[in-house]
Amino acid sequence: MSINGKGTPVNSRSSRNDDAPLLEIRDLAITFDTQNGPVNAVRNAHLTIMPGETVAIVGESGSGKSTTALAAIGLLPSNGRVSGGQIIFDGEDITNVSEKRIIELRGNSIGMVPQDPMSNLNPVWKIGFQVKETLKANGLDDGNSKARVAEVLSEAGLPDAEARAKQYPHEFSGGMRQRALIAIGLACRPRLLIADEPTSALDVTVQRQILDHLDRMTTELGTAVLLITHDLGLAAERAEKVVVMYKGQVVESGPALEILRNPKHPYTQRLVNSAPSLSSRRLQSQKAKDVLAAAVEDIEESTPDVGDGAHPAPVHVSHATPSSEARKPAGKGDTILEVKNLTKEFKLRGALGKSSQFKAVDDVSFTVKRGSTMAIVGESGSGKSTVAQMALSLLAPTEGSILFDGVEVNTLKGKALFDFRRRVQPIFQDPYGSLDPMFNIYRTIEEPLKIHKIGDSKSREKKVRELLDQVSMPAATMHRYPNELSGGQRQRIAIARALALNPDVIICDEAVSALDVLVQAQVLNLLNELQEDLGLTYLFITHDLAVVRQIADQVCVMQNGRIVEAASTDEVFNNPKQTYTQDLLNAIPGATLLV
Amino acid sequence: MSENLTPENDPAARVTPASRQGKTSTRFIEHFVAPLEETPLAAVDKVDEEAAPLSLWADAWRNLRKQPLFIISALLIILVVVVAVVPQWFASVDPTSCTLDDSAEGARAGHPLGFTLQGCDVYARVIYGTRASLMVGIFTTLGVLVIGGIMGALAGYYGGWLDTILARLGDIFFALPLILGAIVINQLPAFRDNRSVWTVVVALVAFGWPQIARITRGAVLENRNADFVTASKALGLTPFRALVKHVIPNSLAPIIVVASISLGTFIVAEATLSFLGLGLPQSVMSWGNDIAAAQPQVRNNPGVLLWPAVALSITVLSFIMLGDALRDALDPKARKR
Repeated sequence: MSINGKGTPVNSRSSRNDDAPLLEIRDLAITFDTQNGPVNAVRNAHLTIMPGETVAIVGESGSGKSTTALAAIGLLPSNGRVSGGQIIFDGEDITNVSEKRIIELRGNSIGMVPQDPMSNLNPVWKIGFQVKETLKANGLDDGNSKARVAEVLSEAGLPDAEARAKQYPHEFSGGMRQRALIAIGLACRPRLLIADEPTSALDVTVQRQILDHLDRMTTELGTAVLLITHDLGLAAERAEKVVVMYKGQVVESGPALEILRNPKHPYTQRLVNSAPSLSSRRLQSQKAKDVLAAAVEDIEESTPDVGDGAHPAPVHVSHATPSSEARKPAGKGDTILEVKNLTKEFKLRGALGKSSQFKAVDDVSFTVKRGSTMAIVGESGSGKSTVAQMALSLLAPTEGSILFDGVEVNTLKGKALFDFRRRVQPIFQDPYGSLDPMFNIYRTIEEPLKIHKIGDSKSREKKVRELLDQVSMPAATMHRYPNELSGGQRQRIAIARALALNPDVIICDEAVSALDVLVQAQVLNLLNELQEDLGLTYLFITHDLAVVRQIADQVCVMQNGRIVEAASTDEVFNNPKQTYTQDLLNAIPGATLLV
Repeated sequence: MSENLTPENDPAARVTPASRQGKTSTRFIEHFVAPLEETPLAAVDKVDEEAAPLSLWADAWRNLRKQPLFIISALLIILVVVVAVVPQWFASVDPTSCTLDDSAEGARAGHPLGFTLQGCDVYARVIYGTRASLMVGIFTTLGVLVIGGIMGALAGYYGGWLDTILARLGDIFFALPLILGAIVINQLPAFRDNRSVWTVVVALVAFGWPQIARITRGAVLENRNADFVTASKALGLTPFRALVKHVIPNSLAPIIVVASISLGTFIVAEATLSFLGLGLPQSVMSWGNDIAAAQPQVRNNPGVLLWPAVALSITVLSFIMLGDALRDALDPKARKR
């Protein structure tokens, strides 16, 4: 069974002709009434889910993917309405059915796993109560609910379920909460489960386990899954069918692997090309590519046996990473940042004034060469951001030292510290928090120049224009305020601000983690070009190994405050020494699909 | 959580199969591609250059000027302010030229609201009484903003022992009811002998600042760890200047809301003190004094008490409504992202 352009079902040539679609969305249009008039969030959306099938909707934020799914379960926000098309569940048109009927369907026919495990469990009720609530609401509370609750929870992979049911959400980790939400979603054995970005807020390894588990459960129960995700690699790996949405429309749909390997629509092609999880090369600017191509030719001429054969080239993968020497001006290969035996302990306040020491960073050492990128990878709580804070001299280490250009950073005071600030700049993760909402873009970028008393107002304005140009933003942006810009644009402004003082080192703390795939690729390319043009050194803190591959020369993998593996990017990816690194690599969704 | 073995930290659970192949369906799935004309590709993350630039304040203003609540309260407040500044425009009769011939007379031409027991024109007294009440309200609010704002900002920003001391100090003052505290202060000889608008202001500020201090502290706490503050410190800004340049401007919204609401309550407090004979001296015309003077006559001549009370209520109500409208417009959660 499938869909065609008009949205009418075309009978399949499969062996299971008796199958009728479980959920069918035809020409769906959804309109939101806003202050500025009606906005069409979704137009002409169509998709079909067969019983037991996993279908993924892929799209960037604002593409209408969640809205489409919410419409299917009748949970549109109050200002949104279905303004056209049909939603057919199991042969029944539920587009405009009564609230009562929709409530009947929710839970035992259509289940839902929401996105944010932190806010979707009620903090004042025990987990068990919240599962029981679902059972009760669907008339499955047969007096033996305690056992049933424990059963449901243990199915979702929570060990010792009976005890867990008596705990409160704050006693659970993010992954466990998501398991509890999956348990609730599947408690009443729905025929369709809508999973809205179920693992976006979790670490990759946890994400992997949860998705594996969800996969197993839904296969066993024969539940169909509508998976909503922004990650094409993840969608291709977990679903039989992928629906790509862009600007409220379905632009392409089809078999998952087919879409991934043979994207037809230009938007899908763009997505496939920039998905970091599918990439396996370091970014290069055109200039560097030319230089490298010439170098490779030279090598091939002299030693003909070293060529493509040495590197089995996947679809769009270029040659090996250019050695860092090839990409930076000569004589700039010296060490700029040296971290030695760095340790940071935090005091944890306990009961009755007792406090314990918590080692956030434990004996970390590494060196960063001028003009190269060092990535520090780790999951949440691994201490990577604490390292960044100390390298910025915003936090004093408990032990150890950080040498910047041969000078100890932590003893810097007054004028010397002020000068250090000029040479090391941060870019933060949250594009919404890193720019002062009260400052317009001009004042934001001008601020560093003003603090360091560089130039007069005229030359500063010229510099701001140059910087905006460097980050490919129109000069007219100067008079705008951060709230008018998108996440990626704000991040580019943050980069411009960091560049204003011509720093040597930029410390990027999860600088691209909050961005959509295409915007992320754009910002990474920008960072890479700037590195080549200005000889910048990056200390790149991230949880995403896929991004590391694109930007880094050297990698340190951190776990529980310690560096467990440090090597060049190629080595870490091709020949990981530690099981932890291997786990991380394996957890990159879709990494094994293209090659 | 560390002592609990969860599926996430159980090493045995970390089984990692080498590679995953993705799923393939046994059913036929059509490969659908939408025609490109239907959704033309836009450049990635293009800046919208058409809309006019809009600061948060401009945005709030655009939101405000459409709100009936704001329009009504703003018009009323403007009226009250104009009355306070130039009362002679509104009342041609001198409120102090009273003759006992008119004592407790009803309304007549030129004297729409009748006369007090002393034979003064009620309408003129209500108009001329505006100034004292409004002055107390405005200057108390300013004083509270300065003292409470500084205390709250320092406590919230620097934290630690400074926070502990300032917060406890605030709590001590908070525990004393505003009116009770002001009564005690106004009974002190220095205040009792020099009663004026300013003594009332001082008494109210002394017990009114903890509320603003709390709000400021909360707002500053929320902003002091924001990335943009860290970024400006990394640019070389000293912590104190980061407070002044980034943290305080971003904390203003809730402070403005609370200040405009408490302006109304300070006017009420002044009226209450004056009614009790502990606020403004009898020589100063104010609504509180007039209400106090009319109180013995309330059964024979209720209008004399009613009109200053109505003026007081409308003024207070309009400040409280303004605060509500501002809250809606400045609510950080409603800010578009």
